[in-house]
Amino acid sequence: MNDNMPMVEVKNLDVTFDTGRHRVRALAGVSFAIAPGESFGLVGESGSGKTTVLRVLAGLIRQWNGGITVAGKPLTPDRDKDAKRAIQMVFQDPYGSLHPKHTVDRILAEPLQIHGIGDIENRMKDTLEQVQLGAAFRFRYPHQLSGGQRQRVAIARALILRPKLLLLDEPTSALDVSIQAEVLNLLAKLRHELDLTYILVSHDLAVVAQLCHRLAIMRTGEIVETADSEKLAKGELTHPYSRQLLTASKGFDRAAIAAFTDL
Amino acid sequence: MTQPILEVEKLNIRFHSASGTNHVVRDVSFTLGREKLAIVGESGSGKSQTARAILGLTPGQVSAQKLAFDGQSLLGLSNAEWRKIRGRRITMVMQDPKYSLNPVMRIGDQLLEAAARKGSRAALKTRALEMLQAVKIRDPERVFRAFPHELSGGMGQRVMIAMMLVTEPELLIADEPTSALDVTVRLQVLAILDDLVKTRDMGLIFISHDLNLVSTFCDRVLVMYAGQILEELDAKHLQDAKHPYTRGLLACTPNLENPVAVLPTLQRDPSWMAPVDR
Repeated sequence: MNDNMPMVEVKNLDVTFDTGRHRVRALAGVSFAIAPGESFGLVGESGSGKTTVLRVLAGLIRQWNGGITVAGKPLTPDRDKDAKRAIQMVFQDPYGSLHPKHTVDRILAEPLQIHGIGDIENRMKDTLEQVQLGAAFRFRYPHQLSGGQRQRVAIARALILRPKLLLLDEPTSALDVSIQAEVLNLLAKLRHELDLTYILVSHDLAVVAQLCHRLAIMRTGEIVETADSEKLAKGELTHPYSRQLLTASKGFDRAAIAAFTDL
Repeated sequence: MTQPILEVEKLNIRFHSASGTNHVVRDVSFTLGREKLAIVGESGSGKSQTARAILGLTPGQVSAQKLAFDGQSLLGLSNAEWRKIRGRRITMVMQDPKYSLNPVMRIGDQLLEAAARKGSRAALKTRALEMLQAVKIRDPERVFRAFPHELSGGMGQRVMIAMMLVTEPELLIADEPTSALDVTVRLQVLAILDDLVKTRDMGLIFISHDLNLVSTFCDRVLVMYAGQILEELDAKHLQDAKHPYTRGLLACTPNLENPVAVLPTLQRDPSWMAPVDR
């Protein structure tokens, strides 16, 4: 892989959900490219398709059209274990994404067993250290952990396979701001230390500004605007929808709310 | 408006269990007029339990020197007396419409049930439709006939607000009413609540962990930590908070305009917990 090759390249990605009675075009020609080591934000309101993009990349949605390459290799709906290992996902709700009857040890061992990796002891020790949880947490159950500790376990489960690309689906929206700050700091540190590439889905522009280099704003299955974080911080987004999101992120303002279009 | 809607003096809530007593709300005192009062704090700070105690809905043991609504004490009310107040004069909007609406009942029937007043069904229905319109639902007739799963999260939340509107409460307690909503819908829903406070002289207790939102939306803010009120502030001056806890919460919130390389994290100090006698 040479230096100029993007880590992820998505071209004209199209996803349609068809239940027989209803057809919903969830993604309508989405294209973007992400450099290795970059952190890329996907922003939009519910139904905009941002999570669908992540689910396609994670292999959770297998019917799609378009071209996706990850680290130079084309991604197909059926992928081998190597391809799966390179892309890992952290889900939104740490209360729902960990098996309540499995210990941290078992939660972290499972992906290693599935991928036939023998080096369980060392990997587990290293990974727990990376997410700043002590070895004492290994034999605890999820209900014995706080929200922030659970999200660290979820991050550890993704990291233990040593992926290249981490998909983060609202990883801090279920957490208190104080804990959110700790998790965001941890994610920034890990990306730097482990040379990871991130795709972060969020509806919180401030979180995206904190963690991402660039972002794409999505609406009804399309990307309406791509900008770098500097433009975001300066409020220099140009699309009317992006501008509306930006205004809404600044807090309660009657005049601004009256000007919102398309309820 | 000299008489406050709600007076709370030295409210305590304890949970007793086999492993000991958990004192989750400690000596909380505040009064509420016809205004928007925010209670902020992290999960476990006791903000939701405080709100539930006002409605007599906490399973914990409640004690207080005074807990009065419109001059009437809420301590030791019978079930019949509670029913005259709860859901009629004081109502609550819950966090998540997905879990708070009955999934097998049409929206219209749920609205009529909430109204629970004498009067013809036709008259009640007209009123319910008006309320759906008041919360900016475009096609009230369709929503009236719909089941909750046919609505988006934002519509569901607006339905829940319509449901409490129909009872014309004097005090509304909203427990994270908008955290499940998209940012633009969130603000539109808040604008509806704002109108109610202004036009109907309603009191609003707004429970949230979003400091930025609270500082722009509410009039006053109570900051809770470990069951106690640490600080009371004018919402407009939240940024000038004195207490290290409030300052810590403000500092660790990501800032859109000035992102920092590493967010400061909150350092907690045991001395923030004032000793409680008894």
